[in-house]
Amino acid sequence: MRHVISLLIENESGALSRVSGLFSARGYNIESLTVAPTEDLSMSRMTIVTTGSDDIIEQITKQLNKLVEVVKVVDISEAAHIERELMLVKVRATGKDREEIKRTADIFRAHIIDVTDASYVVELTGNQGKLDAFIGAIDPALILETVRSGVCGIGRGDRVLKV
Amino acid sequence: MVLSGAEIVIRCLQEEKVEYVFGYPGGAVLFLYDALFQQDKVRHVLVRHEQAAVHAADGFARSTEKVGVALVTSGPGATNAVTGIATAYCDSIPMVIISGQVPTAAIGQDAFQEVDTVGITRPCVKHNFLVKDVRDIALTMKKAFYLARTGRPGPVLVDIPKDVTMQRCEFEYPKEISMRSYNPVVKGHSGQIKKAVQLLLEAKRPMIYTGGGVVLANAAEQITRLTRLLGYPITNTLMGLGGYPFGDRQYLGMPGMHGTFEANMAMHYSDVLLAVGARFDDRVIGNPAHFAEEPRKIIHIDIDPSSISKRVKVDVPIVGDVREVLEEMIRQLEAGEARPNPDALATWWKQVEEWRSRRCMAYKNSDEIIKPQFVIQKLWEVTGGEAIVTSDVGQHQMWAAQYYGFDKPRRWLNSGGLGTMGVGLPYAMGAKLANPDMPVACVTGEASIQMNIQELSTCRQFRLPIKICNLNNRYLGMVRQWQELFHGGRYSESYMDSLPDFAKLAESYGHVGIRIDRPADVEGALREAFTTYKNELVFLDFQIDATENVYPMVQGGKGLTEMILSAEDL
Repeated sequence: MRHVISLLIENESGALSRVSGLFSARGYNIESLTVAPTEDLSMSRMTIVTTGSDDIIEQITKQLNKLVEVVKVVDISEAAHIERELMLVKVRATGKDREEIKRTADIFRAHIIDVTDASYVVELTGNQGKLDAFIGAIDPALILETVRSGVCGIGRGDRVLKV
Repeated sequence: MVLSGAEIVIRCLQEEKVEYVFGYPGGAVLFLYDALFQQDKVRHVLVRHEQAAVHAADGFARSTEKVGVALVTSGPGATNAVTGIATAYCDSIPMVIISGQVPTAAIGQDAFQEVDTVGITRPCVKHNFLVKDVRDIALTMKKAFYLARTGRPGPVLVDIPKDVTMQRCEFEYPKEISMRSYNPVVKGHSGQIKKAVQLLLEAKRPMIYTGGGVVLANAAEQITRLTRLLGYPITNTLMGLGGYPFGDRQYLGMPGMHGTFEANMAMHYSDVLLAVGARFDDRVIGNPAHFAEEPRKIIHIDIDPSSISKRVKVDVPIVGDVREVLEEMIRQLEAGEARPNPDALATWWKQVEEWRSRRCMAYKNSDEIIKPQFVIQKLWEVTGGEAIVTSDVGQHQMWAAQYYGFDKPRRWLNSGGLGTMGVGLPYAMGAKLANPDMPVACVTGEASIQMNIQELSTCRQFRLPIKICNLNNRYLGMVRQWQELFHGGRYSESYMDSLPDFAKLAESYGHVGIRIDRPADVEGALREAFTTYKNELVFLDFQIDATENVYPMVQGGKGLTEMILSAEDL
């Protein structure tokens, strides 16, 4: 089962390696991991997308909680939540492809944020499925490079992850 | 008061009432050693190898309830310390390790004696710190001691660059400490405790299984009271020996790979199992799938939530300090009217006694050749069961655990989790310094002792009258045993050739050395060691039966009930 785990961690050097080291040492999967400081600069928020049986996910959250610098851990995928990921795609855009890519980008409500006479950079935000669908809709031969931010997640409504 | 970073570190140790620091100097810690030199509250024990410094501090901690402290230099000093740190981590021993680091400006420049100590030790510490500013030293040291001793204890490393120990700032030791990210649970959930008591009272085939957590939480008294109140059988794991008195009728011996038949059978066939400060280790329950075949309800008390339902699904988890939780269980039991069902309990005890009547710990003694079990039994007799016994790792460790009856906690020091050969002698050093009035014996083998034999020199310098009982079988005994049983008797690299004359070796360090070849001389030699040479280190080199194996045995991957009781079972 896929799970999205959000955590607050002290914003100190080495904190990220404690988390990533835990996953590699215990053989847990990381599908994606994103981290950045919160509005309170002394803390960072991390979103980890992982897969595993219920037992493994239970151990992951317990082990994360055990890390001294981790302040709070929540499996946000246990209830209603929102996931977003940012993707930048550089595509070859010449001849008739220019118009086709523009049309596809519009359909996906993506933005073209860099234009040269031979390429576009397309910016797209959404859940993983939407980003995958956009990649699928573009001729693979036209894709020069893609970069994805990894998933950010937040609980819906009253569910708040805060100290 | 304005002090240098080095002076601040030493002042922090004084504030924490640290009596001994085990260490080895080097370039990056010269200022720290200079500060140590200029005071006399904290004493330093100069070991001969950094690994032994950490083990000795670990042994000091295990035999007391204090935090062990070690001090090593950067680079190789720190890497030599890693085995010691990992050993302490696996057994949850409270320790603070201070390591020197190259100056801050040199970090990352591949400087002389530079390693990423914080990176290397990260997976084997409870927490670690790199102190980059002299103003952070005091708070960091306070946090280090606090983290080491609270919650599930463990080693904490503080890495301090040389320039930071040289800089000066105002010193004030924090009185209080609170960390928003670290709040270990102490009191157990009262609802869960109530459920546990209820379940225990309804049990028809109850069993109590306790581990190192009982020793670490100083809860031997509580577990003994609870066990006697209920009248249930109890087993202590290798790490938990001494948690419950060995000589008591309710005690079934150690469980697991080399545990007793009765302890393993009772664990397996219990209908309610109370696990306290234990973690269902692979050496204790064998194959978890086989263990799960028999239905039973499990109550698990542990300070660390991640130890619960890790290898075995638990029905009533209770997170909290073992001692607090046991106190509360006793209180609820004593307050209530309900008592265990006497008929069911009598039937269960009848079964347990039947298992016990197999006398699985019996062995064939000999007049010709020294049996290792016999040496341990004699050691127990000669010391009246009152010694602190340390061991290394292997067959001798199991024999010591099986045949020395531990009636009290913190008397048995061994590397249960990591299984580190070479801990025995440094553990004994730490234990002897912490308990100068108690006899301290190190049970070892000719292979293990050589992994830290250089410490005979430290023992001479600090006059540590440890009694080393070397069960010398000229083999890496446990390796040989597995090769005999599972590898067709092909003794690949398990024979120890070119051994030194240990008695003479000990003498050359200024100690007493005795070689014992005949069973008839075992007791006399031990008595001599503990009386005539009471104030000397005595190296007793027992030439034991090289073919003796440790039984009973549960092979790796097998279930608890699938035991080999003796060589005849093969």
